[in-house]
Amino acid sequence: MSRGRNKDLAAVDGRRFSMDGIMTAVTVVLLLVVVVIPVVSIIYNAFFFQGHFDPKLFSSQLTDAGNLAAMWNTIKIAFWVTLLGTIVGTFYAWLLGRSDIPAKGLMRALFNIPYMFPPFLGAMAWDLLLNGRSGYLNKLLVSTFGLEAAPININTLGGIVFVELSYYFPFVFMQVVSALERMDPTLEECARIAGAKQMTVIRKITLPLVVPAISAGALLILTTSLAHFGVPSILGFSQGIYTLPTKIYAVISRAGGSFEGIRQGAALSIMLVLVVFTALVIQKKILSSGSYDIIKGKSMRPTLIKLRGARIPLLILCIATLVLIVIVPLVMIFLVSLVKAYGLPLIPENFTLQNYQRIFAASGTIDSVKNSLFVSISAGVICMFLGTLIAYVVQKIRPKGKEVLEVLSVLPYSLPGTVLAIGVILAWSGAIGGISLYNTIWIILVAYIARYLSFSMKSSSAALLQVHPSLEEAARTCGASHMESLTDVTLPLIRPAMVSGFFLIFLPAMREVTTSILLYGPYTRTLGVQIYSLRDAGMIPQAAALGSVAIVIIIICNTIVTQATKDRKGV
Amino acid sequence: MSKVAFKNISFKYGQNQILKDFSLEIEAGEILCLVGPSGCGKTTLVRCLLGLNKPDTGEIYVDDTCIFSATRRVNMPVERRNIGIVFQDYAVWPHMTVSENVGYSLKKRRVPKDQMARRVADALAQVNMTEYANHLPSQLSGGQQQRVAIARALVGNGEIIVMDEPITNLDAKLREQMLTEIREIQRRSGTTVLYITHDQQSALQLCDRMAIMEPGGNLCQLGTDEDIILHPANRFTFEFIGVSNFIPVEVKGGAITLKPGSRDFPWAEGRLPEGADATKPLEVGVRPNDIVFDKDSPLRVTVNRSVFLGSEYDYFVDLGGRELRVQQNTLDAAKYGVVKEGAETGIRLLNYRFYPPKEVQA
Repeated sequence: MSRGRNKDLAAVDGRRFSMDGIMTAVTVVLLLVVVVIPVVSIIYNAFFFQGHFDPKLFSSQLTDAGNLAAMWNTIKIAFWVTLLGTIVGTFYAWLLGRSDIPAKGLMRALFNIPYMFPPFLGAMAWDLLLNGRSGYLNKLLVSTFGLEAAPININTLGGIVFVELSYYFPFVFMQVVSALERMDPTLEECARIAGAKQMTVIRKITLPLVVPAISAGALLILTTSLAHFGVPSILGFSQGIYTLPTKIYAVISRAGGSFEGIRQGAALSIMLVLVVFTALVIQKKILSSGSYDIIKGKSMRPTLIKLRGARIPLLILCIATLVLIVIVPLVMIFLVSLVKAYGLPLIPENFTLQNYQRIFAASGTIDSVKNSLFVSISAGVICMFLGTLIAYVVQKIRPKGKEVLEVLSVLPYSLPGTVLAIGVILAWSGAIGGISLYNTIWIILVAYIARYLSFSMKSSSAALLQVHPSLEEAARTCGASHMESLTDVTLPLIRPAMVSGFFLIFLPAMREVTTSILLYGPYTRTLGVQIYSLRDAGMIPQAAALGSVAIVIIIICNTIVTQATKDRKGV
Repeated sequence: MSKVAFKNISFKYGQNQILKDFSLEIEAGEILCLVGPSGCGKTTLVRCLLGLNKPDTGEIYVDDTCIFSATRRVNMPVERRNIGIVFQDYAVWPHMTVSENVGYSLKKRRVPKDQMARRVADALAQVNMTEYANHLPSQLSGGQQQRVAIARALVGNGEIIVMDEPITNLDAKLREQMLTEIREIQRRSGTTVLYITHDQQSALQLCDRMAIMEPGGNLCQLGTDEDIILHPANRFTFEFIGVSNFIPVEVKGGAITLKPGSRDFPWAEGRLPEGADATKPLEVGVRPNDIVFDKDSPLRVTVNRSVFLGSEYDYFVDLGGRELRVQQNTLDAAKYGVVKEGAETGIRLLNYRFYPPKEVQA
């Protein structure tokens, strides 16, 4: 049946502009400003100089040995993190989703923790423990066993892979756990009845059925890892190990914000984007064969697999993993935040609360918390409305070329944060109409909006799909104008999704460092940037103290979110 | 109660011409059932009436008010047309209570509070939902939600209500009950009802008049239910309105031969109606209950299967390689005897009609 809307319905009625037309126009303009202009700026500046085509810069960057090494590092790290993260995530998902291992609920909650925390804090913690020269654990091992040199060095590619892995495997873990829960257990039972052994069932039935979930999670790991800045910058800089995102940062900070540096950054950005897209294409090729979609939305009680003798060893393995990836970094950050000076042994005599006093006495810290709260809340609120508007235009108004709008609104998220930051710098430091936002908080806000718009759009989009057009039409026939049908019917129905869209943006924005590290000015440091700079300046205990504060803020916000969204389910 | 008139409505959806020069008048205070197979344009027509689709040509009148005219560029907006609608999926707003749902249109028309409460209570009483006034739709069954949707459509002003397949989502027993209730509500309120369905059975139960639409958006017959059953205007109506059997025939010099397939049967009883064009290929159409067994008839059949359905026997018989459906009511069966499966006997065709064969889809 035709459910097509008539764009000129209102026009025949005598009105020049219809609501639908206005909303579509606003959406197009917004996406143009927030997404298209920064992206075009990067491409333009990488290839054009003072108005004419100049590929010299790009080709010189492309052939530079250092840049190629950085590109190679980026690829190597992302490859290993994706591969290992997928294996680890799937293994633990199966263990917690399908076996009779004890204390599942608690362990599931703990496995989700790394997802909440900024990975760069983890990198800081591991650097404190296993730094090649001064790590606490390394020193301990050297003195205990009388070794010549530090036995484990975290400041290597392997170290970077390990830390990223411990923060990114939950992407796969969460996807696969929920897929396993929604899978029809009779499919496995049938295989058992047909005479297949336990391992055969896992290999031939369970695994292929959760392939879509695994590949969705792996895709997230891959794109995030390729674009990741925090961990390689903290662990790699001291050893001269660069990835493309950290190289871009290094180039720009070395150039002191000069235009030449930003242009080089733009050229490197294009390299990074090419790597990301190539990786996406290759992954799609590998994973596209054989995906099934017979996982039901219904929740069923799957039969649990008895681990028997392996139960206790596997439980110990789980606990050990959790201790390693969750407890150790947290405790380390917390302990170091208490020591009087970095390098002193971690014993109670050396503990003090001075670091906390200092960071709260410094105006920079308070400002950074304020700045982060301001940009995160503003970005959350603005994206909540803009995302809903775009979702409405794409889902309900369906103008010609809606696919373009959809792609545009999702594009910034597949762009690495570093790249987006460069685009925003190029676009909004006077290049267009003399508007310069550089060194103001607004440039960070603009970048956050571009970066997180797709989160709220997806959230609202999914909710709008559930709102059948007849609900709005029924309101119209009851005498509501188009506007009234939106405010009385559609908006109340998608409100929960809009609220969760807000938190989906607010939480990651609070701990963001990749984009803001390139955009901050003297008075516009964000929380993440402040921690990063404190550490960079060698004030490691203070950085750890601020890190602990950030963790507490994140935990509080998360608790509020889970409490607030708990009873909002199902309208 | 109001009269509705569609005049020469055409509507195109993309390249797809759904309605072409469609005209139909609905009398004040009647229930008119618009019946047709899925995809024939029923819903499009309703959406044009409501103002949710804009026709390319034509005019729509409610009483003497023109609510749409393509040539005069009149297009009253949806919210001012004041036509109640019951959607197939009810479209009851899940975030409002039953009385808020029903009262919404009064609120939008700025009816005073006290009057609004009274009218909502009246409408709920009409659909027997008074005690559920403060429930949320999620606490109601499908049938109850549907009654809320009807009350919501009634409360506006009760002049015209459109129901677009409102009972398709209910189970068989509830469907029956709802049809009786809709009829009852309509009698009490005197509302003009346009009822859309693809199910001719419920249309027969409910309607004052029926309009049959065929695929392609043409109106092929408009009349009372009796009229349509006894005098189907064309092959489509004949087929659509009940079960039917068709047998190709050959006419040569006034003599008719049935050609069911593997064997020809001269059909002495058959008479062509006046003015029938015997030069074109024809088929004879006959309903299962218009075929009677007669062991002396030259039309020989073998009974493949017989099913007892309580009030009647349903037979599948083979006439020269073509399976026909025969119905015999239980009384007749008791009188003349049940025909056994596998038996060979003869049949006679009553109340038959001649139609051109169905065009083969290219």
